[in-house]
Amino acid sequence: MLKQRKDFLGLYDVPGEDIKEILTTAQSMKDIFTRSIKKVPTLRGKTVVNLFFEPSTRTKSSFDLAAKRLSADVMSISKKSSSVVKGETLLDTARTMERMGADIVVVRHSHPGAARYLANNLQAAVLNAGDGAHAHPTQGLLDIYTIWEKFGEIKGKKVLIIGDIAHSRVARSNIWGLLNLGAEVRVCGPSTLIPNRLEKTGVKIYNNIDRAIEDVDAINILRIQLERQESGLFPSLREYRFLYGINEERQNNLKEEALVMHPGPMNRGVEIESSVADGRKAVINEQVTNGVAIRMALLYLLAGKEVQHENLA
Amino acid sequence: MRTLLKNCTPVDPKNELPDRADILLEDGQIAKITNSQTGKNNNQNDKTLDLKGAMLLPGLIDMHAHFREPGFEEKETIRTGSEAAAAGGFTTVVVMPNTRPVADNPATIELIKARAAEVPVDVKPLGSITKGSAGNELAEIGFLAQSGVLGLTDDGQPVMNSEVMRRAMEYASDFNLPIISHCEDLKLAAEGVMHEGYYSSILGLKPIPAAAEEIMIARDIALAELTGASLHIAHLSTKRGLEMVLEAINKGIKVTAEVTPHHLTLNDKAVLGYDTATKVNPPLRSEEDRQALQQALKEDEIAVIATDHAPHTIEEKMGTFDSAAFGISGLETAVAVLHEDLISQQKLHWDKLVELMYYNPAEILQLEVEGLKEGTPADLTVFNPKKKWQIDPGKFKSLGKHSPYAGKDCTGKILLTIKEGQIIYDDRGDEAEILY
Repeated sequence: MLKQRKDFLGLYDVPGEDIKEILTTAQSMKDIFTRSIKKVPTLRGKTVVNLFFEPSTRTKSSFDLAAKRLSADVMSISKKSSSVVKGETLLDTARTMERMGADIVVVRHSHPGAARYLANNLQAAVLNAGDGAHAHPTQGLLDIYTIWEKFGEIKGKKVLIIGDIAHSRVARSNIWGLLNLGAEVRVCGPSTLIPNRLEKTGVKIYNNIDRAIEDVDAINILRIQLERQESGLFPSLREYRFLYGINEERQNNLKEEALVMHPGPMNRGVEIESSVADGRKAVINEQVTNGVAIRMALLYLLAGKEVQHENLA
Repeated sequence: MRTLLKNCTPVDPKNELPDRADILLEDGQIAKITNSQTGKNNNQNDKTLDLKGAMLLPGLIDMHAHFREPGFEEKETIRTGSEAAAAGGFTTVVVMPNTRPVADNPATIELIKARAAEVPVDVKPLGSITKGSAGNELAEIGFLAQSGVLGLTDDGQPVMNSEVMRRAMEYASDFNLPIISHCEDLKLAAEGVMHEGYYSSILGLKPIPAAAEEIMIARDIALAELTGASLHIAHLSTKRGLEMVLEAINKGIKVTAEVTPHHLTLNDKAVLGYDTATKVNPPLRSEEDRQALQQALKEDEIAVIATDHAPHTIEEKMGTFDSAAFGISGLETAVAVLHEDLISQQKLHWDKLVELMYYNPAEILQLEVEGLKEGTPADLTVFNPKKKWQIDPGKFKSLGKHSPYAGKDCTGKILLTIKEGQIIYDDRGDEAEILY
């Protein structure tokens, strides 16, 4: 099924079976990391273009590295250094890259639906690297992969996402991916940061963090942005930290084997205490490593229509 | 020159008419209406059109359209807007004052009237409530009244200051002009781009709560009660807004409301896929809201259907949902869509449509109309209920070639639009023609 997709834009319509295929593919990609030569010829002759219209450190470098480890040719365009500043439209920039031979366009943009818009108008495969508050499927998948790697199963696991759900593409991708795999998904945050009618997706909504963390297998702590406080969505970072921040006491109330995740970049001392971020339950650094594997898996699966599987060996 | 329209099905709830009629047009007027079965109308010299049972309505009135001239002629002009009106079966269109400059002064109104005189469709301007529609100081409402505006509105730029709105209502009453209100609390709408609900939540698009509209409807009703002014709520889109309007009407407050074809036939689910053609203000609302509006049509709670025809250039409607302009190019699809989704489904009667799109807007704007009556101007709309076609915005006469109905299959289309006895739109041949 996955190999019939031209694009990969979100996890909303990706069935659990397909997500598992991505996870197992990522697992074999991860094996490559332990080799002395961390590169395979799988995507040799393919061109991947990273179009980043928003600042990004980890996602952009992660895609960059993923494509390079598969031997693809990589071009990276960012907003400041491109003709976007001269008024060129998103589509014209993308078309220019396509006409230079891009097989896969990886796009990050601040507008929801931007990746879909390119997908509808380009022949190249489009991989969504984050579109506004809509979706960030590779982040969702790497979070899911991290849980899957630890527990061997997602179905029936209880996962809690904490913080600014309303403005978070990471939350939306985690929610759909986890639900499609049969997990119980909880979200927790002040009501001002929970979008309207979210319960219709099947998630459970909490406003009390201490109740929300009871009996969960993993928590995923979202970055809280100062501008949300400035626009009146909560009174102060200090109060947010008190009500929703994960400190050592809350960490200790988690199940022994529970995982603490954060998609980064972290505000240490706000949504997560340093002692938790660097503590025994944290898998935040593993998430970063898994991100490269997940992105390799998706690049491979999207380009894979003509790619020989044995190239992976 | 006399023209005989044979075998039409006249629709007019206020005049006694035969089921099947022959209408004789002479000197721009309806000269004679006779029963097709029994009457004798044949004169060798008459130009005769056999309408084969097509519906014949009084020329429809759209009391809410944006023709963009002066200032935004790349989006629409009075000429292209009129052609769109003719193609959609409208012989009278009331145009919004959010031009550049804003129609807040007699000179701009005179310019619009001069342009309007060059086209056969009646294009009638509204004036703004405040100078520049900035919401601060009253426009020169007395001068605007003298230059012939039919009403006052800051459509698209709602008057946020309640004190200013109160004084506008009081002052407008002196000139017997209705205030037409675009109800939106801009702070609460907070740069949103679609209706707040499940779909905005999963699409990650900035939401506009229904309350942003409802709060201002409540305010304007309170001010209408306070001042005794005539208030018309533009493009009502929510269930609660409807309930408030109904309550106000029952209390005897002078308030009327209009709905658009798109709020009657589409809901916020249409935004899935981020089609910018569905981006409109007020946004497409929930299915519950849509059904309440549809139900209200039956129960006479809504006075008017108006298109809120809001054309934009291709460039303004392409791109991402966030970057696209609000607005639907609606003149050329309104009647066909209402027929397809409401009349054919027995949810709206033809007679009712004529009240909603002819008699009631005329009454609100104090236009004298008499319907299908001998000795009155022959402004007529002929609708062929059997013609099968597919909506293709690329073929619109309007410069705004964007529609959420693109690709929709319809049975039923405007066949002829007649203004003062002249056929100004003719779709009997292979290609629909504008004849002026």
